[in-house]
Amino acid sequence: MWRYVLWRFLQGLGVMFAVSLIGFAILHLAPGGPLAVYATTTYMRAEDMARLQHELGLDQPLPVQYLRWVTDLLHGNWGRSYRDGSPVLAAIGSRLPATVELMLVSLTLAVILGVAVGILGAVRKHSIFDYLATTGAMVALSVPTFWFALMVIYLFAEVMGVLPSGDIATIGRPFSLLDRVHHLVGPSAVLGLVLLAPWSRYTRSAMLEVLHEDYIRSARAKGLSEQLVLLRHAFRNVLIPLLILAGIQLPLLFGGALVTETVFSWPGMGRFFVDSLGYRDYPVIMGLLLSSTLLVVVGNLVADLLCALADPRIHIQ
Amino acid sequence: MRKMVGLAVLPLIVFLVIGYMSRATNGATPQKGGDVIVGLSQEPTVFHPLMPGIEVDRGVHMAVFDPLWRVDSRGNFVPDLATQIPSVENGGVAKDGLRFMFRLRKDAMWHDGKPFTAADVKFTYDLIMNANFKAATRSGYDQIASLSTPDQYTVVLTLKKPYAPMLALWSDTYIVPQHILSQVADINTNDFSKNPIGTGAFKFVERVPGDHITLEANRRYHGPGPYLDRVIFKYIPDLTVMFVRFKTGAIDVTGIQGITVDHYAEAKTVPGVKLYVEPTSFVEYIWFNNALAQFKDKAVRQALYLAMNKQDYVERVYYGVPRPAESFLAPASWAFNPNLPKHEYNVSKAKELLDQAGWKAGPDGIRQKDGVKLSFSNSTTAGNKVREQAQAFLQQGWKQIGVNMEIKNMPAAVVWGDYFYKSQFDSVMVGWNMPVAGDPNVLTWFHSGFIPVKTGQGSNTLQYSNPEVDKLLEEGVSTLDREKRKQIYQQVQSIIRDDLPFLTVFYYVVIEGTKEKLQNYQQNANVWSNMWNVNEWWWEK
Repeated sequence: MWRYVLWRFLQGLGVMFAVSLIGFAILHLAPGGPLAVYATTTYMRAEDMARLQHELGLDQPLPVQYLRWVTDLLHGNWGRSYRDGSPVLAAIGSRLPATVELMLVSLTLAVILGVAVGILGAVRKHSIFDYLATTGAMVALSVPTFWFALMVIYLFAEVMGVLPSGDIATIGRPFSLLDRVHHLVGPSAVLGLVLLAPWSRYTRSAMLEVLHEDYIRSARAKGLSEQLVLLRHAFRNVLIPLLILAGIQLPLLFGGALVTETVFSWPGMGRFFVDSLGYRDYPVIMGLLLSSTLLVVVGNLVADLLCALADPRIHIQ
Repeated sequence: MRKMVGLAVLPLIVFLVIGYMSRATNGATPQKGGDVIVGLSQEPTVFHPLMPGIEVDRGVHMAVFDPLWRVDSRGNFVPDLATQIPSVENGGVAKDGLRFMFRLRKDAMWHDGKPFTAADVKFTYDLIMNANFKAATRSGYDQIASLSTPDQYTVVLTLKKPYAPMLALWSDTYIVPQHILSQVADINTNDFSKNPIGTGAFKFVERVPGDHITLEANRRYHGPGPYLDRVIFKYIPDLTVMFVRFKTGAIDVTGIQGITVDHYAEAKTVPGVKLYVEPTSFVEYIWFNNALAQFKDKAVRQALYLAMNKQDYVERVYYGVPRPAESFLAPASWAFNPNLPKHEYNVSKAKELLDQAGWKAGPDGIRQKDGVKLSFSNSTTAGNKVREQAQAFLQQGWKQIGVNMEIKNMPAAVVWGDYFYKSQFDSVMVGWNMPVAGDPNVLTWFHSGFIPVKTGQGSNTLQYSNPEVDKLLEEGVSTLDREKRKQIYQQVQSIIRDDLPFLTVFYYVVIEGTKEKLQNYQQNANVWSNMWNVNEWWWEK
């Protein structure tokens, strides 16, 4: 098994290298650069821009710039942000706690509730619950997150005043768990609902497939209670495709959710990535690209290994 | 009996006199206490005041650091770290304008307790001029031949030739500590950029990346103030959300970019807030590339101005909020020319002008002359909804006179890169303020020697060239007498208004709001950020 893991790891390295090359090329070939943000800094003249361009090494040919970046990377130096000069890893790391907090809570909510709704919908197929759940899922998938989040703020913060209008905590006050939870309610509810929909649909169809299998009929014929049939036989088999989905969604945990973060002023990775793109903060963008590629590789590997564990039919060669 | 009356009246008189004398000039005494939360839709990240930064960064610099003197909303200099503004009258400025001398306060202190001295001023200048230092700009400072400090609290500047904006230059130069920065291993990357130490009214406490920045009052500030306990800059990326939070009272001040025009009507109905709508010195321009065949002809530029319905533009696209402009200088500038001819909206006159100049309509309805079509592109930042509407508005209006304007928008990082600086554009829709710290010196904007694509320096991306203006600008920068300079710049404004190398649309009004009880918030068109007097803000209880 370890040979398999090693092989996958090597493949992963290859993927990361390819992604960094393509990403770097696209980033730099796109017109514009990190100095455009100073256009309205009127005391900075064209000659100041030219000087900064040189100081940042942006006047070098692209392959030279890429080679420099890779060499630095191999020495453990991920570079520094153009915006605040902080080391890229530290900048990414500083956004992680807030991101993981939001995503973990939202994903947990989404998975638990989504799977529950999906299973119930499959078991009670064509019941009122099933129709409501299906319609609800379609609505949650279609509603623009931006609008949904703004509505939540408008209703619960502005009109009713029961929820804060954003942020991770009340500014200027010392840490309080209750305060943090209070601020988490809005964004995690919005994000959780949006993520719940696909989980419920996926679970429902996976469950329906499993319920039509022969071994379910045999289990029922054996005389097992419906509960045992569902829990011991059906659910364990539904788990496999769900595990794959979970593995694929792992990068979300650290990737954040741009729109929710923007509307709720949540200092997460999604917002960080888009801000960095807007400012053309090349070192940070490359760092984010690399770390998310790593997560995708790891996520897929974890999903595959878990599946192998859960399904005795799968052998790793 | 009379003695008794006299005895009673005397304390009454004394009481009245004391009461009268102790009232502050704005009618009330500042009260201490309270925090202010400023909402910003861009995040400040550069805390070293001499490194390249944007407007929001400057807001932090103004709270944490001090300049030698500040410029107020009327364009007058007010001493800060210096004790007096040097002038020819008080002997601080030599008659030939080549020598400046001023004294510094003895009671100013760095946040770490060390005293502020002239060595810090010298260090600041040396650092800016240090070729290894990533300074934001050296222009202006390169006019200084030498800076010396005869004693701990005196500074002498010697110039190569007279440079009138020297005082304005230093009003936007924040002094950095010599005792800290001379000891660092790398002047560009060090702890100071993350934890700045200044002499300002507020000390830097912390930055939570992507979230907020906290500053706390410097109780040993040389004054006036600070009266607040803390200032917190909160990053709120979405402007609609910022407005909602302003309405609910979650933030006290709407910082950049203020309240959008489409929320203005609603903002006026919110209880317990004050709105500020003074024009800034930012002007919205239709900026032409004057080297382009279409724009070389003055008649074309004049016709475009005549065919632009400026009033409708401001009222329908911008809800009537900004003020129409004729000059590149704002009314707040001491050199402003109020007598420039007012814009006239006259479509038939525009058509006549073009006919007379030889621009005849082709088979497609677009005018042409000598093989050149009156067709050009106009670019601005993509995604700016209001500007996109304005562009559509212009396009329609100019179609009437046989001019074809194409809208060609791009992301900010693109349109304000080489495309702009190397004059690759046809025309752009842009807004900025030319004066630095309120000084009307616009040499690098209009002088023919400062066209970046030709000379590699300057801001004259218009590619405007007028020898008369060149001469006037050179005079304006080297004349010290304010009255003489005023006349020079008024003439410049007049000529440019006639030449129309660009069209001036309006003066930006950034609608800012604060809670009603916040006192002393003042918009100042002469400085870069309205945090300029944060040391004087206070809460009325």
